[in-house]
Amino acid sequence: MSVTTAGRRESTAATYSLPWFSQQISHYAVHIVVIGLTVIWMIPTVGLLVSSFRPFSAIASTGWWTAISPPYNFTLQNYSDMLSQSNLGTAIFNSFMVAVPATIIPVTIAAFAAYAFSWMNFPGRNWIFLALVGLLAVPLQLTFIPVTTFFVHAGWTTENLEATGIPGLPWLPLWLAHAGYGMPFSIYLLSNFFRALPSDLFESAEIDGAGTLTTFFRLVLPLSVPALASLVIFQFLWVWNDLLVALIYVGGAPEVAPLTVNLANLTNSLGQGYQLLTAAAFFSMIVPLVVFLSLQRYFVRGILAGSVKG
Amino acid sequence: MASVTYDHVVKRYTADVTVVKDFNVDIKDKEFMVLVGPSGCGKSTALRMLAGLEAITEGKILIGDRVVNNVAAKDRDIAMVFQSYALYPHMSVYDNMAFPLQMAHMKKSEIDKRVRNASRILGLDNFLKRKPRALSGGQRQRVALGRAIVRSPKVFLLDEPLSNLDAKLRGQTRVELQKLHRDLQTTFIYVTHDQVEAMTMGDRIAIMNAGILQQVGTPGEIYDHPANLFVAGFIGTPTMNFIPANVTNGSAKASGFEVKLPKALPAGSKGTLGFRPEAVTDRTTDGGTILDMKVDVVERLGSDQYLYGSVGGDQLTARVDPRMAVAPGDRVRLGLDTRGLHFFDGESEQALL
Repeated sequence: MSVTTAGRRESTAATYSLPWFSQQISHYAVHIVVIGLTVIWMIPTVGLLVSSFRPFSAIASTGWWTAISPPYNFTLQNYSDMLSQSNLGTAIFNSFMVAVPATIIPVTIAAFAAYAFSWMNFPGRNWIFLALVGLLAVPLQLTFIPVTTFFVHAGWTTENLEATGIPGLPWLPLWLAHAGYGMPFSIYLLSNFFRALPSDLFESAEIDGAGTLTTFFRLVLPLSVPALASLVIFQFLWVWNDLLVALIYVGGAPEVAPLTVNLANLTNSLGQGYQLLTAAAFFSMIVPLVVFLSLQRYFVRGILAGSVKG
Repeated sequence: MASVTYDHVVKRYTADVTVVKDFNVDIKDKEFMVLVGPSGCGKSTALRMLAGLEAITEGKILIGDRVVNNVAAKDRDIAMVFQSYALYPHMSVYDNMAFPLQMAHMKKSEIDKRVRNASRILGLDNFLKRKPRALSGGQRQRVALGRAIVRSPKVFLLDEPLSNLDAKLRGQTRVELQKLHRDLQTTFIYVTHDQVEAMTMGDRIAIMNAGILQQVGTPGEIYDHPANLFVAGFIGTPTMNFIPANVTNGSAKASGFEVKLPKALPAGSKGTLGFRPEAVTDRTTDGGTILDMKVDVVERLGSDQYLYGSVGGDQLTARVDPRMAVAPGDRVRLGLDTRGLHFFDGESEQALL
């Protein structure tokens, strides 16, 4: 706000002054740079999109940019091949079975934890929080061997869990892993948001007779919808797009492996069939795109919410 | 409906940070008590200890006959109005007011009755479905009051409730609050840094400075008989004139004038002579004190005229008849009404007169 106010033209006399021109130029310069960056950023994606509609012979012989001038030679072959050759129905179902609980579990736990970190006093609060934030810097690859060892020792292998016959259980290791990996960031983001809520509200609720849980459910959660929504988007996208973690923990079991693992296997199982990957990539983008577009107004608000007071 | 007693109350954050020192006040049932003082004087802390939002380091606080030191805020039977109003932004006006009653597990019909009653008193009937953000500052303030009223508490606590309102609305709300106090017949404890609010609203005023209670009394007592230099300077606009003076032979001698004291003080005492601008008059009497003032600034307010200038080596403010023709640079001869004369000890700053 203050920036626009400061830059506001005060009188018409100054309209065509030198500062005005430089201001206009810098104004447009920013736009040009931003648009330029966006275009550069998008070129590979556009290339992939164009390629996904080209026959394999064309992909193998010429660059994708030759396809956008006549003669046009587009086909849906890649999409139909991909849909028929891979076990997509199961893979999409698996992806949801992984992504939905692996989003709900960490966000729920993080909300409770963040409330405690921001509004409850307990010994060692700051140190524990610091340690949690420190975990943000730990690469998750470090954890693969110990966590896998733990799962094996605990008997939580895919075969064992499937043998129990309880629906959903085979994904348990993946849920726990994703919950763990997502937790530091989730707690960090939510704590920052909760901490920015005015303390008067909590004191008022205290006098009004609301206990800790009531305050959490009736005040903190409803007021934090933007932050929660943006966290849900983050976590869902990360889990949905994740290949590495899924590959490590359930990679060997196609009946529980999510879409990303399944699609990555397309090239292996079909040898040189990498043209199918172009179609597969766009196919796997549909769900994240829908999630993002439907929640994006919360997303933007959630990001701004900590810094700008509404 | 209850009295409130602060009995030797101390609030200490660390060993050497004490924000409230040995605080003793008896607030009577149904009284409108104002805690006033400059910011950081401990008045809000004193209120928050009563509300149960801060622990009491030493001493006791009683509501009625009950010591509430270890009673949870919600069980103290008090209601508080915050400076920021602290309305729940995601709830409608109705739900904001119903919230404390829901927390007390009151019956729906009773909640409805009480909320509608409060909204009628405060003129909020048309806004019950709105969210706080769709209300003006004054309306929000009334919702905050409503949330306090519905509980019919024994004591109302108000922490600078008017400071977020514009000047005109503040004046109106001041009057409304007094009316509300009369209608509700409940003890009000009101914290403010604004001496005008304190003077106009309080049955009694407690003035604090640096964590220490300076004086408790009715607005009249405090204005006419300030207990010390701080109280004298804090209450009243423009502030009281303070002139360094020595006592000799039953009169006080300042750099530019001498005034006969209405009460004998030990000769040789040094201190500060205090008198309010309205004690200076444009009528001089024979044998009375004459202030020979060199006028620097003239302020005409219509009903009043203030002269700022110097007598001898001391700065002085005088309130004179608005029709008196004075221009900056003039010398005027003014009289002094000795009935409004104060004298403060140089060491202790306590009032000797």
